[in-house]
Amino acid sequence: MLTSDNAFSTALTLILSMDSALISIVMLSLQVSLMAVLIASLIALPLGAALALWRFPGRNVVIVALNALMGLPPVVAGLCVYLLLSRAGPLGEWGLLFTPTAMVIAQVILVLPIIAALTRQQVEALHGEYAEQLNSLGLTRLRMIPTLLWDARFGLLTVILAGFGRASAEVGAVMIVGGNIDGVTRVMTTSIVLETSKGNLPMALGLGIILLALVTMINAIAHIIGETAKRRLG
Amino acid sequence: MNKTTALITAGTLGLTFSATLMAADDYITLASTTSTENSGLFDAIIPAFSEETGIDVHVVAVGTGQAFEIGRRGDADSLLVHDTAGEEKFVADGYATERLNVMYNDFVIVGPSDDPAGISDSETVTDAMQRIAESESPFASRGDDSGTNRAELRLWEDAGVTPQGEWYRELGSGMGPTLNTAAGMDAYTFTDRATWVAFDNPQDLTLLFEGDEALFNQYGSLLLSAERHPHLKHDLAAQWHEWLVSEQGQQAIADFEVDGQQLFFPNAE
Amino acid sequence: MNAHHTPPVATLELDSVSFIHRGHTLLSPTSMRLAGCQRTLIMGPNGAGKSLLMRLAHGLLTPSSGSVSWQGVQPAQAMVFQRPVLLRRSALDNLTYVLAINKVARPELKALPRKTQAMSALEKFGLAHLAKRPARVLSGGEQQRLALARAWLLNPQVLFLDEPTSALDPAAIKAVEDAVLEFHHSGTRIVMTTHDLHQAHRLANDVVFLHNGELLEHTPARDFFTAPTSPEAGAFIRGELVW
Repeated sequence: MLTSDNAFSTALTLILSMDSALISIVMLSLQVSLMAVLIASLIALPLGAALALWRFPGRNVVIVALNALMGLPPVVAGLCVYLLLSRAGPLGEWGLLFTPTAMVIAQVILVLPIIAALTRQQVEALHGEYAEQLNSLGLTRLRMIPTLLWDARFGLLTVILAGFGRASAEVGAVMIVGGNIDGVTRVMTTSIVLETSKGNLPMALGLGIILLALVTMINAIAHIIGETAKRRLG
Repeated sequence: MNKTTALITAGTLGLTFSATLMAADDYITLASTTSTENSGLFDAIIPAFSEETGIDVHVVAVGTGQAFEIGRRGDADSLLVHDTAGEEKFVADGYATERLNVMYNDFVIVGPSDDPAGISDSETVTDAMQRIAESESPFASRGDDSGTNRAELRLWEDAGVTPQGEWYRELGSGMGPTLNTAAGMDAYTFTDRATWVAFDNPQDLTLLFEGDEALFNQYGSLLLSAERHPHLKHDLAAQWHEWLVSEQGQQAIADFEVDGQQLFFPNAE
Repeated sequence: MNAHHTPPVATLELDSVSFIHRGHTLLSPTSMRLAGCQRTLIMGPNGAGKSLLMRLAHGLLTPSSGSVSWQGVQPAQAMVFQRPVLLRRSALDNLTYVLAINKVARPELKALPRKTQAMSALEKFGLAHLAKRPARVLSGGEQQRLALARAWLLNPQVLFLDEPTSALDPAAIKAVEDAVLEFHHSGTRIVMTTHDLHQAHRLANDVVFLHNGELLEHTPARDFFTAPTSPEAGAFIRGELVW
C-alpha cells in the first residue's frame, strides 16, 4: 500500500522503479492497440477509398452506418465478440476467449469504422480535385486508390492516430473479452479499473497519467515524422 | 521512406507481433469473484500451486452471476465462488460433477463513522438491518446478483424488510466500486471482510457490525463436467481443485494475511 | 511535321454532340471535324461552352446526344488543365509516376530507365534544376510546364489544353506557348481553348468559335480574324463584350 497521496509521485515512482509488472502491462497495451490499428488500417484505408470512388445503390446507407459505428460503445463491441468467441458461440472452436488475440479483434471492430469513415471523407475531397486529371491520364478507379491514399497521407496519419487513441483509451471491450487476467490480458485501462475497485485511487490515477504520457509520446513522434516529411516534400 | 521511419515502423511491427507469439504454457482458466481477486489471495496462493504442479492459473475475476455463466458456456476450466445454493444448483444442472468447501470468511456491515442508525449497538444482524431501514439511512447495495448481493437480500428477507425507497441505492456494481460509492455518499453497505480489509479508500467508512452467525460466507470450488464441455482442461483443473482442499492448499490460504489479519479460513473436509 | 508518328494523326469527329445538364442545354448539337496536325484554338466568351466541348472531345464527359469518334487508329491523348493537378511528391516523381502507370513512352526514350526519361523531359521544359523540389511549391508557370512535361512523356498524338495560361504572368505565358509550339513541331496535334484574342493570334492556324453553347464558326485562322462570318465573332474580335 502506498503512503503517498499524490498521483503524480505514484506515477513517477512506478516509472523510475521500472516495475516489471508495469512494464509488461504497458507492453501488452501497446501490442494490442498497435496491432489493432495496423489490421484495421490495412482493411479500412482501401475500403474508405473505394467507398469514396464508387457510386452504387445503398452507398449513402453504408456511409451513414460507418459514421454511426464510429460511436459504437466499446462494451457492446466487447459483448458481441465475447458471444462470438465463447465456447458456446459460433467461433468457440478457436479457443480465443481471454487471450490478447480476442482483445485485438474487439479493438479492430472499434477502430475500423473510424479509419474507414474518415478515409472516405479525405479521399473523396482529394478525388474531387484530381478526378479529371487522373481520368485524362487513363487511370482506372482501382488504380487511383493507392495514388489517392498516398497523396492524402498527412491527413490519413491523423486519422490513424485517432484510431489509435480510441483503441488505447477503451476498457469496455478488452475487459469483457480479455478477462483482465494478471500477466496475460491485463492492460493499462483494465489495471486502472482494478485499482479503482480496490480503492487504490492514487495508483489508479498514476497509471492513468502514465497511459496519457505514453499516448502523448506516440502522438508527438508521429507529428514529428509527419512534419519532417511535409517539409521535405510539400 | 527514410531510414528513421523504416526503423520505427519495423520496431512497431515487431512489437505488435510478439504479443501473439505467447508460449502456450500449461495453464487453466479459473473464473472467480472480485472479492478473492481484490483481496490479493490469488497472488499469494497461486505461485505455490504453480511451483508444485507446473500449472499456471489464469484468473478471470467477475461477479458470481457472470462466473456461473462463464462456467455454463464452457469458457473456464474451473470455478471458485461463494454462493453455496447457486453452486449446488450448478452441480444439479449437470455443469459440474462436484463442489467442495474450500474456505470461509464473513460479511460485515460498514458505514459512516457517526453511525446514524446506531447499528454498532445491535446484537444481531437482523436488528442492525431493521435499524437501517427504519432510520432510512443511505444504504448502498451491489444490486448485481452476486454472491454478496444474494446474501444481503436474504438478510433483508429474514429481517422482514423490503428494501426500497430513496435511501436504498442499488448500484449494479462490484464490491470495490460499491465501496467507493458508499464512501462517497456516506452510506452503509454490506461487504465481505476480505475486500473491506484490502480496500484503500474507506474515507469516513468504518466497520460497524460483525460477528453474527448469519454472516457466514462460504467459498466453494467446482469441478466442471467433462461430459458437458469435453474441450476443457479437466486433468489440470482437477489438480487445482484437489490442491485447494489439500494440506498445502489449505495452509497457503491460512497463511495469507493483509495488515496482520487473516482474511480467509480454510475449512475443507 | 509528323516526324515521330508514323501513321498520320487520326481525325476527330463530333457528330451532333450536345450536353444537357439539369434541363439546361449547355451545348447545342454540334458537329465538328478536326483533321491533320493543326493548332486549333477554340474561342469564345466565358460561358460559351469551350471547356465543355474540350472535355467531350477528350472523353472526360459523355455527350447527352450524338457521338464522339476517331477515324483511324485511336490516338494517345493528353490534357493540360487551367489549374495544374500535381501529386504531393517531387517534380521528378510526378513524371516517373505517369511512366510507371502508363505503357506508352516516347520512342526515342523508351529504352531508358524511368528516371532518365523523366529528367530529359524536365530538361526539355527548363525544369531540371527543380527535379527534387515538391511539385506543389513550384510557381504557377513552373507547375504548368511540369504538367506539359508530364504530357510530353505520354507521347500524345493529340494534346488538349484548357485555358492553360489564364492564371499566369507574361513570362510564364511565353514559356507555355513555346512549349505548345514545341509539341506541335514534334508532330502533336493541338486543341486549345482560350479567351485571349492575342494568344489566338499568336498560336492558332485553325479557329473554332463558340457562343452560348453553339458552334458558330470553324475556319482557318487567317480567315477568321480578317473576315468572320458571324456578327458575334466580329464583335468578339473587335473586343466588345459578347453574350
